[in-house]
Amino acid sequence: MSAWLTLFRDGLPSLLAGAWITLELTAAGLVLGFGLGLLSGLGRVYGNRPVRWLSIAYIEVFRGTPLLVQLFLIYYGLPGLGITFSRLDAAFLAMGLNSGAYQAEYLRGSLQAVGLGQMLAGRAIGLSRWQTIWHVILPQAMRLAIPAWANEPVALLKSSAVAFLVAVPELMARAKSIAAQTYDPIGAYLAAGLVYLGIVFALDQVLKTVERRTRIPGLDAEVKRA
Amino acid sequence: MSQPVLIAKNLSKRYGENVIFNNISLTVQERDTIVIVGPSGTGKSTLLRCLNLLTRAEEGQIWLDGQEITAKDFNEDRARQQIGMVFQNFLLFNHLTAVENIMLGLTRVKKMHRAEARLRAMQELAKVDLADRVDHFPGQLSGGQQQRVAIARALALDPRVMLFDEPTSALDPELIGEVLGVMKQLSIDGMTMLVVTHEMGFAREVANRMIFMEKGGIVEEGAPEDLFEHPQQERTHQFLSKINELHEQPPKGRPA
Repeated sequence: MSAWLTLFRDGLPSLLAGAWITLELTAAGLVLGFGLGLLSGLGRVYGNRPVRWLSIAYIEVFRGTPLLVQLFLIYYGLPGLGITFSRLDAAFLAMGLNSGAYQAEYLRGSLQAVGLGQMLAGRAIGLSRWQTIWHVILPQAMRLAIPAWANEPVALLKSSAVAFLVAVPELMARAKSIAAQTYDPIGAYLAAGLVYLGIVFALDQVLKTVERRTRIPGLDAEVKRA
Repeated sequence: MSQPVLIAKNLSKRYGENVIFNNISLTVQERDTIVIVGPSGTGKSTLLRCLNLLTRAEEGQIWLDGQEITAKDFNEDRARQQIGMVFQNFLLFNHLTAVENIMLGLTRVKKMHRAEARLRAMQELAKVDLADRVDHFPGQLSGGQQQRVAIARALALDPRVMLFDEPTSALDPELIGEVLGVMKQLSIDGMTMLVVTHEMGFAREVANRMIFMEKGGIVEEGAPEDLFEHPQQERTHQFLSKINELHEQPPKGRPA
């Protein structure tokens, strides 16, 4: 036990430096994914035929293939076409593209849940279709999406471990090198697991606060009635 | 007589093979309060939605203040902001407070500044007796209160005509009166109104014209007294008797 504590103490600075890169990757991927998810989610529900088709293709391809395949295609495949990314950029891009497809689906469900009535009401006061979508439907859909969407930062954080496979020095990569140095894989990966767990716990607290703060008084009842 | 506010000519609406209504013509004069009655499923609500272009009639034309709003190059958003609409199930914007519900159209459609819009919205809320519910969300309001906010939301845009689609049908009986009261006052103040409703008391008391619709067509129209007391068509008599029975008012006249 004390041997493990020593390993944990000695490895901690390196693990934390890795955790910082993990967090940066997750945050950047989440933001990119949010933008892509917003566009393709709206496109899938409200776009004209080509936009809808394009959105569906993007969503299904990136949800239907492993993140690792996407990452390898971007990092090892695209240079063949003359497009080269740094390790970190490739990881960020793969995570953003992948997360965008999932975020689009969370948004799609809640866009559809807001319902046709709100569109009618918006159009009836003279708002255009896209004004109604932007000012009436999207704000409600995003709030409805939060409980399901709150899984995404956590899922993305954990799947960021694949970045280790293109040698981004993130949390998992640090654990691997500690394991190699100390010949104690159990201790090293256990320590990494604990750091992941700590971050997820903190993230959950933040997300719960967001969910509470954005609640609309009486809206839960309204949704049930409709 | 001055120019009619709204004219509909030979409107027909179909969903595939299913004819919703056929060849309906309608003229609404300034200050008219017209009540449309008829069994459910006869296309009354769809007719209202066609009048403000929420759905398109396959055939026919509509003029608002002499301008053809069904013309291809006419901006339908502009037509809609001049035609107020109140829905059976209120359809307030659930994420906005009462005052914000009214402000949205003022700021986004009328391009008013927020402070000015808020002031106007407060005035409209006061008119429907909700000055004390300004910052409540729809989910915190009763059905009657929500419907009054919806009326205020439409009125704030200074519509030329107001369409009411069964505005009290989703309300508990004790809340119907407060909404009808607001509508009656609106009619007295000279608003041009087209009301689909089963409230025969309101039709008798407030409307100056009444239209009986059935199976997608206008069966009979005239002054409410005439339709109630001396209907020309047997169907009108049957329908109004049945509705009156429900409200325990025996009908007097028989068809001539």
